[in-house]
Amino acid sequence: MSQTNFEPKIVGFLCNWCSYRAADLAGIARITHAPNVRIVRVMCSGRVDPTFVLKALSLGADGVMIAGCHPGECHYVDQNYKAMRRYHLLKHTLHAMGVEPDRVRLVWASAAEGQQLAEAIDGLVADVKKLGPLGWSQNWEENGERLHALEEIINEHAEAMEVHA
Amino acid sequence: MAEKVGVYVCHCGSNIAGKVNVEEVAKWAGENLQDVAVSRDYKFMCSSLGQKMIEDDIRGEGLTRVVVAACSPHLHEKTFRRACTNAGLNPYLLDMTNIREHCSWVHRDMDSATLKAKSLVSAAVSRVKFQEPLEPTYVDVNPATLVIGGGIAGLQATLELADAGYHVYLVERSPSIGGHMAQFDKTFPTLDCSACILTPKMSEAGQHENVTLLTYSEIESVKGSVGNFEVKVRKKARRVDYDACTGCGICIEKCPRKVVDTEFEAGLGFRKAIYTPFPQAVPRVPVIDADSCIWFQRQKCRACEKLCPTDAIKFDQEDETLTLNVGNIILATGWKPFECRDIPQYGYGRLANVYTSLEFERLCNAAGPTNGKIVLRDGKTEPQSVAIIHCVGSRDVRHNEYCSGICCMASLKFGHLVLEKTKANVYSFYIDMRTNQKGYEEFYQRLLEEGMHFVRGKVSEITDAARMPNEQGKLIIQCEDTLMGRQRRIPVDMVVLMGALEPQSDAKEMGLKCGISCSMQGFFTERHPKLDPVATMTDGIFVAGACQGPKDIPASVAQGAAAAARVQGMITKGKVMVEPVVAKINEEACSGCRICNNICPYNAIEYDAERGVSHIITALCKGCGTCVSACPASVISGAHFSDQQIDAEIEGVLWDVIRPKSAVVSAN
Amino acid sequence: MKYAYYPGCSLESGSAAYDVSVRAVMQCLGAQLDELDDWNCCGATEYFTQHELVALSVIARNLALVDKQYDQLVAPCAACFLNLKKTDKLMADDPKLKAHVNEALGAGGLSYKPGTVRVRHLLDVLYTDIGENKLRQMTKRPLAGLRIAPYYGCQVVRPLNGFDNTEYPMKMDELFTWLGAEVVDYPVKAHCCGGHMTQISEPQAFELIRRLLQSAQDYKADVIVCICPMCQLNLDAYQSRVNSEFDKSFNLPVLFLTQLVGIALGLDWKKVGIGKEIVSAEPVLRQRLLSGAGA
Repeated sequence: MSQTNFEPKIVGFLCNWCSYRAADLAGIARITHAPNVRIVRVMCSGRVDPTFVLKALSLGADGVMIAGCHPGECHYVDQNYKAMRRYHLLKHTLHAMGVEPDRVRLVWASAAEGQQLAEAIDGLVADVKKLGPLGWSQNWEENGERLHALEEIINEHAEAMEVHA
Repeated sequence: MAEKVGVYVCHCGSNIAGKVNVEEVAKWAGENLQDVAVSRDYKFMCSSLGQKMIEDDIRGEGLTRVVVAACSPHLHEKTFRRACTNAGLNPYLLDMTNIREHCSWVHRDMDSATLKAKSLVSAAVSRVKFQEPLEPTYVDVNPATLVIGGGIAGLQATLELADAGYHVYLVERSPSIGGHMAQFDKTFPTLDCSACILTPKMSEAGQHENVTLLTYSEIESVKGSVGNFEVKVRKKARRVDYDACTGCGICIEKCPRKVVDTEFEAGLGFRKAIYTPFPQAVPRVPVIDADSCIWFQRQKCRACEKLCPTDAIKFDQEDETLTLNVGNIILATGWKPFECRDIPQYGYGRLANVYTSLEFERLCNAAGPTNGKIVLRDGKTEPQSVAIIHCVGSRDVRHNEYCSGICCMASLKFGHLVLEKTKANVYSFYIDMRTNQKGYEEFYQRLLEEGMHFVRGKVSEITDAARMPNEQGKLIIQCEDTLMGRQRRIPVDMVVLMGALEPQSDAKEMGLKCGISCSMQGFFTERHPKLDPVATMTDGIFVAGACQGPKDIPASVAQGAAAAARVQGMITKGKVMVEPVVAKINEEACSGCRICNNICPYNAIEYDAERGVSHIITALCKGCGTCVSACPASVISGAHFSDQQIDAEIEGVLWDVIRPKSAVVSAN
Repeated sequence: MKYAYYPGCSLESGSAAYDVSVRAVMQCLGAQLDELDDWNCCGATEYFTQHELVALSVIARNLALVDKQYDQLVAPCAACFLNLKKTDKLMADDPKLKAHVNEALGAGGLSYKPGTVRVRHLLDVLYTDIGENKLRQMTKRPLAGLRIAPYYGCQVVRPLNGFDNTEYPMKMDELFTWLGAEVVDYPVKAHCCGGHMTQISEPQAFELIRRLLQSAQDYKADVIVCICPMCQLNLDAYQSRVNSEFDKSFNLPVLFLTQLVGIALGLDWKKVGIGKEIVSAEPVLRQRLLSGAGA
């Protein structure tokens, strides 16, 4: 990548109970971190539909962070495990789509881990910077068929992305 | 019909305005974001003037949606929801976005912080248009309460509530209430007799008109939610008619079968096959242990039946399941002792005169197997020296990292009892002395004066391999004395291992039944470690005592009383609000695949076999939304977190890179 | 079951009884041991005190020599086991060290990627892979009546051993109960024998050996069983010196794990090296195992 000033756009899906509060704590403790992650609050990391991630990437995001409570500490008993299983399937799908799986990251952060979350944000931003812009959306404009192909892949994998309890 | 959105950007003095160009964000939102009718910035949005500004705009400008960009919604969402309600706007038509904790406080550069703030405002504006008015529901609170666990914490909670005039079901797993405290001899630091302060409370609970005592009973399932829980309790077969038995005890006296009592007497004493755990047990009704009863093993005997004056023995009695309806539940399930065999180098189970702390409690107890005489396993020799080892399984990364809290004080208590009852030397091997409650440090000073020896260091090994003549026939404590800076070998006659307090082995299971979580260590997680230590994340479920973390008696009592007070508050209020953030299935479009059925941790999704569709029991749904994202047909929608709302938010947050909408993959 | 086999130097010389009994026992149990071609000394503890990188490279050479067809390397000597295992772990944890060691190995046309070979101690293989069922089934002459003091020594119980409690190991104790022996649960079974201390300071070394012999005798052991050639040497060869130094009369035969396993499996005593020890084991073995059994 020749762009030296590349500032990645990253969407962060943070669960209401642990990781969103970890981000709050990072604020209260004034733990500075990269401004590239824009946070969307969900009630639980289990709410994060893999298509949310694909949507964000297709809209022009360069990376996505999913953050939830630590395993065993989920506010909703164990739904973060469902998030974890979806995440691993999603990584495969991304790979199949030609997107570097490292652009998407699942992070555990308890409400007490402001420092850890800030570090995770900085880590993801640095890694995505290294990968360069995804430019997924521009690629499609060159070739409308890719969009179609992408939708097909999503449909094909829709079942695989479901998580059975 | 286009919505009219009002955007309010807060300066928070200089907290936000110092790093985010607040005026620019407000101006930009007003000019660039669709459907924004009003966009303002203000010094302190949460002040009464700020709130009034919003209320006036809702009324004056006819706003249909409100976005507040300020601090964390966890701080002020309620404030601004109230403002909306005051002005006649449904509170769920507000969205709050966090440009303080997540933005101005954590970024250095004004330009990038302002850009991020714009993105967050854009996301909120885009999302809020899809929000729907929601109405919270209110349910009546059943004034009856269930307390699980009859130890000191549960007893305290039970009596507080019963004395206040409310009905309490007290469920206890073992045949008697009393818990671990009933096993103790003395209590630190005042050395008052444990039985003397506990048994009055036990009999009070046993006789209280507002208490239904369900001993020898287990919780099968918990259904429902705050205000109205339905609890199934299995009353294990006592094989003694509860109502007919007078507690005369003749059956126990005449029972010919004697077995080692591994529970109450910690393996040091005996009990009969028909027994009450201890003489002051409440209730006095005994139970028959089928595993040791001669009748159940060999179809012989029946001595108890023949001699019972009220014909209360019922060999054919079976388990019984009761259904209780309660409004709130207090979990006081207590702790279990660390298995000292897991540290084999300390020799418990291999070296006869190594004791656990519970064994030693029984040894000291005047009502215990030795009538309170501190003697070795042979039952007669008084020890000349006793070592007390702290932190066995606590403060040890290989076992439990946490401090069990009570062992330092219990060690001092044991030290005092040994010095009082014998001529033995007492050594305490500690890492740090932790005596930080009322009267505790003074007790430590007292023991220093009484001549207890303190060795600071972790014991590496307890062995009977003697090296010196003075070690022959002794147990040798090998330890680094970190104050002297050298290795020491101290020969003693008796060793007491102060094992860690661990969560009950089925704590996770119990948590799952009640829908609450456990910490990494397995203790129940409280709602907030400082500001809400008795409530849990599930409304209507409270915790008290050592099931929430290691605790001594005063702290358990305090937490039991606090939990009772919280429950009384719920009962007095009479009604509870249920957040309308729940999932809903469009049953017409549901294919009945049942993927969602098992994914729900609260069993809130039921399958209607007749119609071939699933539906959500709203009262049970907690709104996590996992089923929403799992539904392959996208026919489950989550109120306040619908796909549409989140999609819009994703689009909004990426306003600066977004491409024409037509070419975007639609999520669902 | 197929393993690469690293005998180590001691087993070629002083502890030949261990080597022959290992081979005989494993063959009897149907496990294939293929000796590593061109292996070299692990350097014991001495190399590490001279130059760590050299020491590690010398050890890593053996790991690099393991042919692709084997994923496990078995060492009967506790010190070899620890050195091999430690080297693998240190290389895995430290990429710089890995590069240095591989640079050294490169001079001989070798390289080693940490994690490719799983280093096992023979006790672990017998306990875990062969297992209780098979050992019980194959026992032809139970060791009933023989009081065995399993001696683990201090090397095999280091924290990364991966198969037994590091403070108070029990696996050999369990194994011998499967074979019918009376196992002596004596407290010093993981204490140090002194290693090469005999060459540095005899009083210290003899005291350490005395403690072990004393404890085994206090617990009325008939025989001590070792899983390390150094331990066996110290306890066996220095027993008479300890007796004269401390005015004792210890007479405790010291055997290797596989020698007694072999006897239980019904192998010929000579074939498992009985008789090579200095404190003769034959009298007590005859008395305990043959007298009552009518053999």
